[in-house]
Amino acid sequence: MNFTLKVWRQAGPEAPGRLVTYPADDISPDTSFLEMLDIVNERLIAKNEEPIAFDHDCREGICGMCGAVVNGYAHGHERGTTLCQLHMRSFRDGATIYIEPFRAKAFPVIRDLVVDRSAFDAIITAGGYISIRTGAAPEANAIPVPKENAERAMDAAACIGCGACVASCPNASAMLFTSAKLAHLGLLPQGQPERFERVRTMVSAMEQAGFGSCTNHGECEAACPKEVSMDFIARMNLDLIRASLKHR
Amino acid sequence: MTTKVMTFYGTSVGKKVVMAVTGFIVFGFVTVHMLGNLQIFLGPEKLNAYARFLKGTGAFLWAFRGVLLLSAVLHILSATQVTLQSWAARPEGYAVRRYRETTYAARTMRWGGPIIGVFVVYHLLHFTTGQLHPSAPHFDGTDVYNNVVHGFQVPWTSAVYLLAVLMVALHLYHGVWSMLQTMGAAHPRYNRWRRFLAAAFALLVGCGMAAVPVAVLAGWVRPV
Ligand code: HEM
Ligand code: FES
Repeated sequence: MNFTLKVWRQAGPEAPGRLVTYPADDISPDTSFLEMLDIVNERLIAKNEEPIAFDHDCREGICGMCGAVVNGYAHGHERGTTLCQLHMRSFRDGATIYIEPFRAKAFPVIRDLVVDRSAFDAIITAGGYISIRTGAAPEANAIPVPKENAERAMDAAACIGCGACVASCPNASAMLFTSAKLAHLGLLPQGQPERFERVRTMVSAMEQAGFGSCTNHGECEAACPKEVSMDFIARMNLDLIRASLKHR
Repeated sequence: MTTKVMTFYGTSVGKKVVMAVTGFIVFGFVTVHMLGNLQIFLGPEKLNAYARFLKGTGAFLWAFRGVLLLSAVLHILSATQVTLQSWAARPEGYAVRRYRETTYAARTMRWGGPIIGVFVVYHLLHFTTGQLHPSAPHFDGTDVYNNVVHGFQVPWTSAVYLLAVLMVALHLYHGVWSMLQTMGAAHPRYNRWRRFLAAAFALLVGCGMAAVPVAVLAGWVRPV
C-alpha cells in the first residue's frame, strides 16, 4: 500500500514546528501504524535525514506510551485501539495521513510526536495511591467487595494513562483520566479512608497542571483505547461536591 | 511535591456546579414563562389578568427578578471563566480535527449563550419597558395581549424571536444533559434516559415558546 504522510516535525520544545510531507510506499497491509513509521524512519536514516521521533514501548496496547492524533482522531479512527494496535489495512490505499502530537498546554511537545505527559504524574502524586501499606494479597474473602464495585473498579483501572482523552477533548480537559484514577481506588474498601481528601487533592493538581474544563462533549470516552466510561467523571463531580461539604 | 488544595469554586468542577445550579434556576423560569405565554391562546382577558396578577405581587416580583439576575450573572461569570481556562489549555490546535460524539448543541454553548444574553436585553426593551416596541412611544404596559400581537406582526421581530428560541432549545438540549453529568447523576440503568429527558425538555420549551410568534404571523391570534 502507498500513503502520503503529513507529519508534525519539531526539533525541540522551543523550536517552531510544521507539517512535513513524506511518502510511505510499499507498506504491507499487515504492518501496524508504528511499524509503518519505523519503515519510514529507516528510509529517512538511509538518506541521512533525522528520523521522526515518537513514543512507544509495549506495542501491544497495554503500556500507554504510544499515541498521536491521526487524521483528527487520537490513536486513529478505530475505536478502543491504541496507535500501536492500529493496522495499515484499515486505511484506504493512497490515503493522505495527517500525524500530529497530542496537543495541550499541559503536554508540551518535546520533539516531533513526543509530548511530555508528566502532568499526569503530578495528578497521581497528589493522591492517586493509598497511604498505608496494604500488605501482601489478603485471603480472598477477608475483605468483602461487592461484585459490581469490583468490576467497575477494574473498568476504571483499565486506563493506561496514554493521554488520548486530553488530546481528543475540545477543551484539553483531563477529567476522564483523573476520574478513572479516583474511581479505581474510591470504589474499593482500601480506598475509602482517603476517598474525599483524594478527590480534592487530585482535582487541584489537575487544575494546576493547566488542563481545560469539561463541557461533557464525550470525545474522551470515544477516543479512549480502553473505552473508559464518562460515568466516572460524574462520579468524580459528585465526590468533589460531597468532599467540599464534608471538609472541615 | 505537595499540591495546594483549591477551594471548591477554584476548581472547574465547582464552577460547573454553579453553572448547573444557576442554569437550572433560569431554566425553571423559562419553563414557567413559556406556560404563562401560552395563555395568549385563552384570549386577551386571561393573559392581561395574569400580567396584572404578576405585577401585583410587588416585593415578590422584585425578589424573583433579583434571584434571576443574580443567577444570570453567576452563570455568565462561571461560563466565561471555564471557557478562558479551556482556551488557554490548548494554545496550539490541530491541522485536522474530527469529532465522534459531540453534538452541534454542545459545540454552540459558548456562542449560543451570549446570543441568548443579547436577545434577553432586546426582549426586555421590546415587551417589558417598550422602548423598542413598534407602537412606542404609545406602548401600553397594561395591555400585554395587544403589545405581543402588534410586536409579532412585524415579521423580522418574529424571526429574531424564533432564532432566539432555537438557541435556547439547543442550549437546553446540551445544558440539561450536561447539568445531570455535572451534578453526578449518572447510572448505567438510567443513562439513556438523560438524553431523552434533555431532548424532550428542549423540544417542549422550544415549541411552546415558538407557538406565540407563529400563531400571530399565521393570523390565528389577532389584535383586539
Ligand atoms: C448570556 C447567557 C448565557 C451564557 C453566556 C451561557 C453560557 C453557558 C456555557 C458556556 C455553558 C457550558 C456549556 C457546557 O458545559 O457544555 C452553559 C451551560 C448551561 N446553561 Fe447556559 N448560558 C446562558 C444562558 C442560559 C439560559 C437562558 C439557560 C436556561 C434556560 C441556561 C442553562 C444552562 C444549563 C442548564 C447549563 C448546563 C450546566 C452544566 O453543564 O452543568 N443558560 N451555559
Ligand atoms: S506502545 Fe504500549 S500501548 Fe502502544
